[in-house]
Amino acid sequence: MVSVVRDIELIYREDAGRVLATLIRLLRDFDLAEEVAQEAFGAALEQWPREGVPANPTAWLVGVGRRRAIDRMRRGALHARKVADLEAASDGEAYEPYDAVSGPLEDDRLRLIFTCCHPALPLEAQVALTLRTLCGLTTEAIAHAFLVAPAAMAQRLVRAKAKIRDAGIPYRVPDASLLPERLDAVLAVVYLVFTEGYGASSGDALVRRELCAEAVRLARLLAELVPGHAEAMGLLALLLLHDSRRDARVDASGDLVLLEDQDRARWDSEEIAEGLALVESALRASPRGRPGPYAVQAAIAAVHAQAPDAAMTDWPQIAALYDVLMQAAPSPVVALNRAVAVAMARGPGEGLALLDAADARHLAGYHLFHAARADLLRRLGRPAEALADYARARELAPNDAERRYLGKRIAELEAFAQRGSIAPST
Amino acid sequence: MQYMLLIYDDETLWARMTEAERGKLMAEYGTLTQELQKSGKMVHGAPLQPTSTATSVRLREGKTMTTHGPFAETREQLGGYYLVETRDLDEATAIAARIPSARLGTIEVRPVMKM
Repeated sequence: MVSVVRDIELIYREDAGRVLATLIRLLRDFDLAEEVAQEAFGAALEQWPREGVPANPTAWLVGVGRRRAIDRMRRGALHARKVADLEAASDGEAYEPYDAVSGPLEDDRLRLIFTCCHPALPLEAQVALTLRTLCGLTTEAIAHAFLVAPAAMAQRLVRAKAKIRDAGIPYRVPDASLLPERLDAVLAVVYLVFTEGYGASSGDALVRRELCAEAVRLARLLAELVPGHAEAMGLLALLLLHDSRRDARVDASGDLVLLEDQDRARWDSEEIAEGLALVESALRASPRGRPGPYAVQAAIAAVHAQAPDAAMTDWPQIAALYDVLMQAAPSPVVALNRAVAVAMARGPGEGLALLDAADARHLAGYHLFHAARADLLRRLGRPAEALADYARARELAPNDAERRYLGKRIAELEAFAQRGSIAPST
Repeated sequence: MQYMLLIYDDETLWARMTEAERGKLMAEYGTLTQELQKSGKMVHGAPLQPTSTATSVRLREGKTMTTHGPFAETREQLGGYYLVETRDLDEATAIAARIPSARLGTIEVRPVMKM
C-alpha cells in the first residue's frame, strides 16, 4: 500500500490547491474550506489504501469536503438555504475539472486569485491573503517576511476574509471588460511578493527565498491559466531571470554582489533557459508589437543573462530596451536605469547628462540615484563630487547590506583621493 | 445583496455649472435610473437638496440640539444616493462607475446589513 500513499502525496502536492480553491468557492468561507479540505485528505489516507484511488480523485476530495461542511453547518444550525444549495450541487458539478469543456478560465484557482487580489481589499491584505490561501504559507511565515507581528498579520487576514464576506466580493473571474485591469492588479501583487523576497530588507534569508519561490509558482500558475497572455509570460520570464541569479547575489558574509561582479557559473542555467524562451513568447504575443513593461524588463534581464561575462554585456541593446521601457512605463526609476545603461554604452558623460535631466524631485530621496551619480562622477575623474553623492546615498540606504556596500566604495574613493592628494569637498 | 451607493461631490461645482451643463448631467442620471429600474436592480434613489438646506439633530443627556447645517463641513458632500440589489460587489461598483458624479467626486459603495 506504499504506492497508494505515494499517490496520495502526489495528488496532495499537485491538487491540494485546486481542491481548496473549489471548496472556497462552494462554501464561501476560507476557514471552513481549509478545515474540511484537511479532513478530506485525512479521509483519503484512511480509505484509499483499502478501496483504491478513485477515478477522479479531486472530485472525490471536493465531495467529501463538501459533505463534511454540510454536516458542520447543520450542527452549527447555519442558514437553511445555504445548506440546501450545497446539497443540491452534485459532486460532478461541484468540481469542474481543469481540462473540461469550460477550459482554463474556469479553474477555481484562477477565480481564487482574482478574489484574493480584489481591488476592494487593501493592497497589503491582497498580498497576505494570496500568500496564505494560494501558496499555503503560514500566517507566521508571512508575518516574518513583512516584519509584522504575527498577531497583526492574523488580524489583517481576518479582516480581509470578513470584508470578502460582508461586502460581497465575488468568487469569479471578472467580466471581460474588467479583466485586463484586474489581471494587471494580480500580476502586480505577484511582482510585489517577488520584490519583497528579492530585496535585502525583509525577514531572514530562508523566508525571502520562500517568497521568491512562491512568486515564481504563482506567475507560472497565471501563465498556465491565462495562456497566451503576453504580460503574464513576461512576468514569469522576468522573475525566472532574476531568480536565476539568487546564488550569486550575496557573498558569504551576506553582502551584496553587484551584477558585474557576480560569478555567472552560479547562475541557474535552467531558469535562464526557460526565461529566455518565455521572453521570446512574450514579445511575440505582445499586441501590435508593443510589449508591456514586464516583457521589456524581462528582455533587459535576458540580455544580461546571455552575456558570458560582464564585459561582454550588450549595453547598446539594453539602452535601446530602456528607451522602449520609457514608452511602456515611464518613471523616474526607469529614467535612472536608462541613464546607467547609456553610460555603459556611450560613456559616463552622456549618462550623467541624462541623470541631470531626469526628474530630480522624485529621485532626490532615492539612494540608488545618488549611488549611480557617484559612480559616473568617479569614472569621469571627479572624486570629490563622487564622494558627496556616495555619502548621500549611504544616508538614504534602506538596509545594512547596502550601507556596507556604499561604505566600501567611500573608503576606496577616499584612499584613492588621498593617494592623489585630491582634497575631499568638505 | 443590497448596496447603498452614496454620491459625494463638490456642491460648488454644481453651483458653477451652466443651466445646460446641469441639464446634461441630470439627463444622464435619468437614463441610468431608467435602466436600473428596467433591469430590476433599482430599489430606490434620489438626489438630495444641497447642504445649505440641511439641519443636524443630536440628542445629548436628554436634550435635543437642533442646528443649521450638515453633520460636518467637508470638501465633498452627500448629494444623493441609489439603493440597488445586485449579485455581488462587482455589479454594484460597475453601476457606481456609471453614476455621472463618479467623474466629479466619489461614489461610496456600502453593503446594507442583513437583518
